Amino acid sequence: MTSTPLAAPAARPRRTSRNTKPLSRAAAILLLVLGGILTLLPFYFMFVFATHPRQEIFSLPPPTWFGSNLEANYTSLLERTPFWRNLWNSLYLATLTTATTLFFCTLGGYAFAMYSFKGKTGLFNLLLATLLIPNTLNIVPFALIMQALGWIDTPRALWIPGMASAFGIFLMRQYIGTAIPIELVEAARIDGCSEFGIFRRIIVPLCGPALATLGLVTFVQSWNSFLGPLVIFRSAETYTAPLALRTLQGIANTDWGALMCGVALTVLPLLILFAIASRRLIDGLTSGAIKG
Amino acid sequence: MTATPSPPSIPQRANTGWDRFQRRYAPYIFISPFFLLFFAFSLFPIIFNAYLSVHSWQPGSGLGDMKFVGWRNFSDNLTDPTFWKSLQNTAILALESGVPQHLIALPLAFAIHMGLKRVQSLVTAVYFLPYITSVVAISVVFFTLFSWQYGALNAGLNALHNLPLIGGLFPAEKINWLGEVQYVQPAISLVVVWRYVGWNVLLYLAGLQAIPGDIYEAASIDGATRAQQFRFITLPLLRPTIFLAVTLTLIGGFQLFEEPYVLTNGSGGTGQQGLTTIMYMFRTYNSYSDAGVAAAMSWLLFAVIGVLSLINSRLFGRSGLAGKD
Repeated sequence: MTSTPLAAPAARPRRTSRNTKPLSRAAAILLLVLGGILTLLPFYFMFVFATHPRQEIFSLPPPTWFGSNLEANYTSLLERTPFWRNLWNSLYLATLTTATTLFFCTLGGYAFAMYSFKGKTGLFNLLLATLLIPNTLNIVPFALIMQALGWIDTPRALWIPGMASAFGIFLMRQYIGTAIPIELVEAARIDGCSEFGIFRRIIVPLCGPALATLGLVTFVQSWNSFLGPLVIFRSAETYTAPLALRTLQGIANTDWGALMCGVALTVLPLLILFAIASRRLIDGLTSGAIKG
Repeated sequence: MTATPSPPSIPQRANTGWDRFQRRYAPYIFISPFFLLFFAFSLFPIIFNAYLSVHSWQPGSGLGDMKFVGWRNFSDNLTDPTFWKSLQNTAILALESGVPQHLIALPLAFAIHMGLKRVQSLVTAVYFLPYITSVVAISVVFFTLFSWQYGALNAGLNALHNLPLIGGLFPAEKINWLGEVQYVQPAISLVVVWRYVGWNVLLYLAGLQAIPGDIYEAASIDGATRAQQFRFITLPLLRPTIFLAVTLTLIGGFQLFEEPYVLTNGSGGTGQQGLTTIMYMFRTYNSYSDAGVAAAMSWLLFAVIGVLSLINSRLFGRSGLAGKD
């Protein structure tokens, strides 16, 4: 699925829009904008609430514009939890998971895209089948195994199992199979390049866009993960940011201003990342899905 | 896609032992990390879970303290009204949140695809934004928005109620979203819908882009309206995508945990309306320290997901995921 068949519909809207009544078109746009506003509104309230003390957040009418309590909320947040430490834990976990996932998934995707070997179809189908396993159901044995390994309260309990994903290998295989001509691999082989050398010198440098997509998806998933960290981490020092937030919410007399400040600090890095790379992420995911 | 031409043999180079070895086994070595991780951290836990489910064991005691109890953990669950309650909650939440997701996402993706090519990236990005944010973080925000007396949602509904003409459509009384039995599940569903519409839009956009444009062209020359095109071209050709999206929603919906956990402050909420099976499983393990019963519960839920997936694939899918290639 290259861009050729997509080029045709791209030129069409003007032509067909004549068929659509302007009224229904306006209604559609209105609904779309309304839906967009409703989608963004919780983010807006998140930032607004982060600047208000608790009694203003829960007042009538609720605040709709920024207040002046951000600094006090921030101070209170740091009194209640080592939040920068929590953010660092999240970053550490997400970075390690992403780096290893990129490496192993590109390697696996390369093997499935460019080699023919015995058992390939069976192994690939097995890989796809693992996508359907409801992983949450495994959380109890997972926690017990980590306990037996002595990995409770350590990040490796989460990043080591997360070093490669079926989705990642699938995505990389689709990309490598369509974007990199096999002749390139064969030429390198004739020139005496080792198999891993081909991977390192030819494949990886050409995988940029797919690596960006997979990297973003993996990072975001790890940053946001909750149930895994919930059964692994046991102390405020090792908590990731979402765990710290949940703990702040769970205690009596929640300081909602401080909590909202933490929420904003947790979501903000992802919003910035998304603002920079949303196009890459969305294009990568949609084209990956088409090829599937 | 699967049949990649095999690399031609290279006669000139001296095939040393290592050379032949690495050429022959390279693909196996390259895919082995995934499969090793899968066996160690996915398959092994599944087997261990099966073992656990027929044993009585408290995580606090040593491994030697496991006692074989046969099906007792299963029958304990099946006679536990809270388990059935949690399963019922999970099913209702999956339905209440799953159906609207697709009813919104599919027409939305169609509208974006047909009429708004120029702003497609922007619109998709906006709707996709909730999907990339932390569930815990955003559920905390919704928790305050749902507040009974002071929540922004009730304030907004109240403002709409005071509008002329359409005001009657909106409730006059403030709704106690997270405090009253009949509103807990709709409130949780609302957050789930908000979060996953964009994801489904993305899936449907990908499917729509794979439908050749000239089919619509031909239909519109023949005088088909946009609605007819949607009904007679898009829907049938999008069937594999719809199947994929519905399957993912189904499997994900029955594993719902984070949204209800945060919105009900870990408690399950008023009348335990927000207690999903995964939440109950977590509680059984974490608070009641009963790993065996929790393991049995996860197998029961797995059976439910399996049966529903099977029905779904009979109804909507001609071939499974693996057959898509």
